[in-house]
Amino acid sequence: MGDIVTMDDLTNQEIVAVLDDAERLVPVARGDVYLPLLQGKVLANMFFENSTRTRMSFETAMKRLGGSVLNFTSIGTSVAKGETLYDTMQMIDGYADVAAIRHPRQGAAQYSADAVEIPILNAGDGAGNHPTQTMLDLFTIRQAHGTLEGLNVVLVGDLRYGRTVHSLSHALVRFGAKLTLVSPSTLKMPVEIVSDLREHGSEIMETESLEDQIAGADVIYVTRIQKERFPDEDEYAKVAGIYKIEASDLSGAMKGMIIMHPLPRVDEIDPGVDSTEFARYFEQAFNGVPTRMALLCRSLGIDVPKKVK
Amino acid sequence: MSEMRRVTAIRNGTVVDHIPSGNAMQVIRILRIDTDRATPVSLVMNVPSDKLGRKDVLKIEDRELDQEDLDRLALIAPAASIAIIRNHAVAEKMKVELADDLVNIAKCSFWNCITKNDREPLPQRMRVTSRDPLQVRCYYCGRGQEINELIENIL
Repeated sequence: MGDIVTMDDLTNQEIVAVLDDAERLVPVARGDVYLPLLQGKVLANMFFENSTRTRMSFETAMKRLGGSVLNFTSIGTSVAKGETLYDTMQMIDGYADVAAIRHPRQGAAQYSADAVEIPILNAGDGAGNHPTQTMLDLFTIRQAHGTLEGLNVVLVGDLRYGRTVHSLSHALVRFGAKLTLVSPSTLKMPVEIVSDLREHGSEIMETESLEDQIAGADVIYVTRIQKERFPDEDEYAKVAGIYKIEASDLSGAMKGMIIMHPLPRVDEIDPGVDSTEFARYFEQAFNGVPTRMALLCRSLGIDVPKKVK
Repeated sequence: MSEMRRVTAIRNGTVVDHIPSGNAMQVIRILRIDTDRATPVSLVMNVPSDKLGRKDVLKIEDRELDQEDLDRLALIAPAASIAIIRNHAVAEKMKVELADDLVNIAKCSFWNCITKNDREPLPQRMRVTSRDPLQVRCYYCGRGQEINELIENIL
């Protein structure tokens, strides 16, 4: 019931309500206010694949709300001995109240949600979905533009294997965004996803060139070309480093445009961009905390007070 | 019914009528009709049909199709009509109906789907996302499959 496997598990109204909750939780996320809404609750962080930001921001979110966290990694555990996901999740069903799961295989979050009673939050499954990232991305966009409606969003980089852009693009078209998909031909957005996006009546443009897209953008969302998602090294070498944004590229950008990145970055965004008015990726990383707080509360059926003091 | 007499009437078994023309071989495959079977199977292809223009008809002796067979059949012959024959007479008539969810009928073809581990105990599940043309997606990973690929992956 409280599962969030894909963005389809939330209506537009629910998305807005979670973002409103997250906004009120910002002082709690910063540690300025102590609000133990989740005292006595346990989150299982089930990371079958490495993660820094997602795992840590889930942990901080839970702890800032007075809850506690079980951290699981698959290295050297029963999973390495050949335990099925089903069996591992049965165990956690008895130990925790809610679980965040990251897994290298696509569909692992839906599979887990079917396997257990406790609510499951998908923290990334293969090249599939990453809805909690999408929620923090939407939070960041709304913070900068005051709305999610009708924005011009340019998605750049690995659109084939990059799960953050899959979830995000689904969500954005629901709010009437115009999307421009910039990627090398080998890393284009999967056809199923593009057809889904068009079904929403959204205007979708696909191109290989970034420079023409900067001037019209409200948001430029850059992703890393992920070496670990490539079946072979040669294919990776052909496209590594193909897009690189430097501060000088942004002279024609609109006022208020923001550059986002789910991080970690390699060389897609030059450090010189960090000090420009456009850079938003570090705030974006922080926004994972209040957003995941709001999502944890929702999954556990806890209301966030209308006034947080 | 004159077209039906192109092959001999059967005594016991199943007649699958109104198969889209050219799909009879796929029906044989999807119903897992063993080519080594001792009992006869008759196949009529490309006969004129009021409903379909042209159609294929299949007569399987000494086998009565069950609900699971019908669920499979719905994938490639959604308009098929089924007659169970007992002692030369039609004992039962059935229609196929494509369910919204296909449970343990075909496996996902995506190399990185969670269901690729054969030891995972939950069933294979496909969602029908479009009926005409037929489109299915894995319930877990969301990967779509074409009908020809799906037939290869029938369980």
